[in-house]
Amino acid sequence: MSPLEFTLVLFLISILAGGLGSLLGLGGGVIVIPALTLLLKVDIRFAIGASIVSVIATSSGAAAAYVREHMANLRVAMFLELATTTGAITGAFLAGRIQTGWLYLIFGAVLGFSAIEMLRKHRDKIQIQPPADSLADKLNLHDSYFDQSLGKVIAYRVTHCWLGLALMYVAGCVSGLLGIGSGALKVSAMDLAMGLPIKVSSATSNFMIGVTAAASAGIYLRRGDINPFIAAPVAAGVLLGAVAGSLFLGRLHNQWLRIVFIIVLLFISGQMIWTGVQRI
Amino acid sequence: MNAPARSESVHKVEIIISNLLRTGVIASLTIVVAGTILSFAHHPEYSSSPGELTRITGQSAGYPHSPRQIWRGITELRGAAFVMSGLLLLIATPIMRVAVSIVVFAVQKDRIFVMITAAVFVLLVLSFFLGKA
Repeated sequence: MSPLEFTLVLFLISILAGGLGSLLGLGGGVIVIPALTLLLKVDIRFAIGASIVSVIATSSGAAAAYVREHMANLRVAMFLELATTTGAITGAFLAGRIQTGWLYLIFGAVLGFSAIEMLRKHRDKIQIQPPADSLADKLNLHDSYFDQSLGKVIAYRVTHCWLGLALMYVAGCVSGLLGIGSGALKVSAMDLAMGLPIKVSSATSNFMIGVTAAASAGIYLRRGDINPFIAAPVAAGVLLGAVAGSLFLGRLHNQWLRIVFIIVLLFISGQMIWTGVQRI
Repeated sequence: MNAPARSESVHKVEIIISNLLRTGVIASLTIVVAGTILSFAHHPEYSSSPGELTRITGQSAGYPHSPRQIWRGITELRGAAFVMSGLLLLIATPIMRVAVSIVVFAVQKDRIFVMITAAVFVLLVLSFFLGKA
């Protein structure tokens, strides 16, 4: 393959990954990294470096829309970013020090988790009075949003701030280590632990992903893990795919097709784990 | 502060942040794509010779990755340097968003959030300098 052919193939694969990512509600990174490493035999460090850049592009693009609609809770995002950026810096440092076999292995495990997460029904729980949280009161994190499907403004209260911070540190670590947005982890932390409505959780998570990724991308860039010949087509392709996906495809609600994709993702996760095991 | 005034100013801020993010992403990717085209225009061998691929995507590939190298590359009109500067701008976009938020919270006289946001900003800037190690 000549460099030109390689760039075009990479660009096409990235468009597909971005489109599939937005269709499934996963990030592009979680799909583009196995595609680069397993199909094109790109060094996993370069794949991670390229992916983290594409994550910033898609997250910032999507966040722009969510912020406009007042769906993301900017105060919660800012507060939790203390933990996600610290985690991302930790993760990016670890990534430079551990064997690549472990990167494959951990990536496979996280991909498997994200796939199983897709099975969980993203439905709002019946609103019960959440336990009072003095930190949330002090920081004035409670807010409201306009729910389109219910046609009214829903007020919500935030709880378990410290637990949220701890979980976000872990999510940041995973993001920095593997070059993915780790949106599934962030949404779970806000939705399950902190009591935010699911729609607010995913909008806020999208908003935070860009800042989290910027913390580790700086480290990757200075370390030389962001190769311009790989990162350029990946960033442009994933963003293009994600935008096209959100404009034309919407979210996938067909249950059977979802299950097919989940099985495919589990298969890829197994392959990443197997590649990792062989290298350790 | 009464409620409607606050929500209106909050909304204005949200529009500013939204525009900032969008502009940053579009500008940086334009530079990235232009840089890629430039480097293919400079190197006709990239579209024919397969041997070049392992050289530019292998582990010992040489490309600029410190601000000084990137700047020098730009003055020499090297495509890879343009790509890297576009990627730097992309990385800087969320960081600028955080910087804008510090100002916003300061205007709203929200001291705790000025501190939280400033801490995040410092972490982000620090990460860039730590990366050299």
